[in-house]
Amino acid sequence: MMPFHFSDFQFFLPEIWVAGAVCVILLVECFDFKEKHKWIYGLTQATLLGALLLTLPLWWMEKRVVLNGMFAADKLATVAKGIIYLVTAMALVYAREYVHVRNFEKSEYYVLTLTAVLGMMVIVSGAHLLSLYLGIELLSLSLYALIAMRRDSSLALEAALKFFVIGALGSGLLLYGISMIYGVSAHLDIRSVAEFAAETSESRLMLMLGVVFIISGLAFKLGSVPFHMWVPDVYQGSPTSVTAFISSAPKVAAFGLVARFLMEAFPVLHGEWQQFLLILAISSMALGNIIAIAQTNIKRMLAYSAITHMGFFLLGVLVGTGQGNAAALFYIMAYVLMSLGAFGMVIFMSRAGVEAEKIDDFKGLNAVHPWYAFIMMVLMFSLAGVPPTVGFYAKLSVLKSIIDVDMVWLAVVAVIFALMGAYYYLRVVKTVYFDAPGKNLERFVLPPRDLRVVLSLNGLAIIGLGLFPYGLMLLCQQVFA
Amino acid sequence: MITLSNVLVVSTLLFGISLAGIILNRKNLIVLLMCLELMLLAINTNFIAFAHHYADLAGQVIVFFVLTVAAAESAIGLALLVVFFRARQTIRVDQLNSLKG
Repeated sequence: MMPFHFSDFQFFLPEIWVAGAVCVILLVECFDFKEKHKWIYGLTQATLLGALLLTLPLWWMEKRVVLNGMFAADKLATVAKGIIYLVTAMALVYAREYVHVRNFEKSEYYVLTLTAVLGMMVIVSGAHLLSLYLGIELLSLSLYALIAMRRDSSLALEAALKFFVIGALGSGLLLYGISMIYGVSAHLDIRSVAEFAAETSESRLMLMLGVVFIISGLAFKLGSVPFHMWVPDVYQGSPTSVTAFISSAPKVAAFGLVARFLMEAFPVLHGEWQQFLLILAISSMALGNIIAIAQTNIKRMLAYSAITHMGFFLLGVLVGTGQGNAAALFYIMAYVLMSLGAFGMVIFMSRAGVEAEKIDDFKGLNAVHPWYAFIMMVLMFSLAGVPPTVGFYAKLSVLKSIIDVDMVWLAVVAVIFALMGAYYYLRVVKTVYFDAPGKNLERFVLPPRDLRVVLSLNGLAIIGLGLFPYGLMLLCQQVFA
Repeated sequence: MITLSNVLVVSTLLFGISLAGIILNRKNLIVLLMCLELMLLAINTNFIAFAHHYADLAGQVIVFFVLTVAAAESAIGLALLVVFFRARQTIRVDQLNSLKG
């Protein structure tokens, strides 16, 4: 047992802050006053801001593992948490008006978002297999309820049930893998497991069995082929504001999971898990790209695009070098911005009673709102990987790290799939710019100003980070230095 | 004498049954929830067997956490089931087919 110091508190103060804020917001909910939801929305955003301020100082501190090896405070956790707060705050700005006009603006929406954030924080700081598992469950349970918030929509309920069953199955497989690893090594904290894996030779096979189960659990969470079946259904069925959230922040947490489970616990088994990730990555890119071409629903198309992007992200992970890890982290950050922006645009096009879910609903946006048509074009170019957007630089750095370890054939395969992807992204750009304005734009209602400002900033950030990626890339490299 | 491998065989069988139940079951959502519970119980059996084998407390403690999570999970699952039944008047798994493509 390590002695407990009060100075250790600062390392998990952000988590305590968010947990405390959740309780406060639940209490505020009990009272009845004017414009309650606006206040609760404000409190939620303030919570995220406060958590960011509490997390920032940790960047300059040495890596520490506190709470008897349950909780790691290192650069990876700090960066991931910062991104999670930012992305969640943006997703809430997109969500505010959307949930309000659809009559499911309840305080629970914000509370569940915060508990999901808390789960993600626990995941990215997990230094123990148990804390990782509990973080996953806290995140998943909040998300199931969040999707089902819209109780009048039978599609949302179906999406929630599918997500629930698949999610529970995924965590079950992951936990089975954890039990295998515990059975072989008699350890649960990641550092001891890594030490055990480095020394042992006779129980490598059993460890590998555990790792296989863990990788399948991770693939469920990431939504990569062959465990991708839930992604399109959940993205399409969920209310768009929830989809924007699910498609962004949890991906950062999933990166934390991959980093803790594969990069930290089993670097010695890299040669083995690389083979699995290779299959997952290539099949994700292939299947996602091919099926996305046939989609007419933009949420579904973006879901298949998410599968493809997870494949590309896994390419960075399977390299196994520090540079590859940094490229993967950069890729995830770029992807969450793009995905959030794309779903933000879907929210932008929707209004009370009308969900702009079809690609055709974007017809001729340029004729009515050229600025937002431009934002949409930037987002689609970035998803396709066209310079000078951040999506291009993210793909480039992943490809560079692959070529550095002499897997040129893999880079060629990845580029071919990226080219295939350009087709369906550019089709959206064509719809926006070259088609005559459709029925959806005739009675278009401009969303509130905060959404428009954040959406514009989101689009500009994608160009800005594409032109000047080095600061963010340096940040990612320092995480794995 | 019950050895470690005896217990592991049982837990693996339970895990296999639950996995098969989740994949094969096309009729009833409640059976699906039961299979998910069974899966977590099989894992718990695994943990207890290993903890006993190593005389290590951590494996037993993890079981309590997993039990708690399992309870929360089935609570949410049943709640989803109820709202779904209200919306669709059915809990057949093969009726979960409005989202596809």
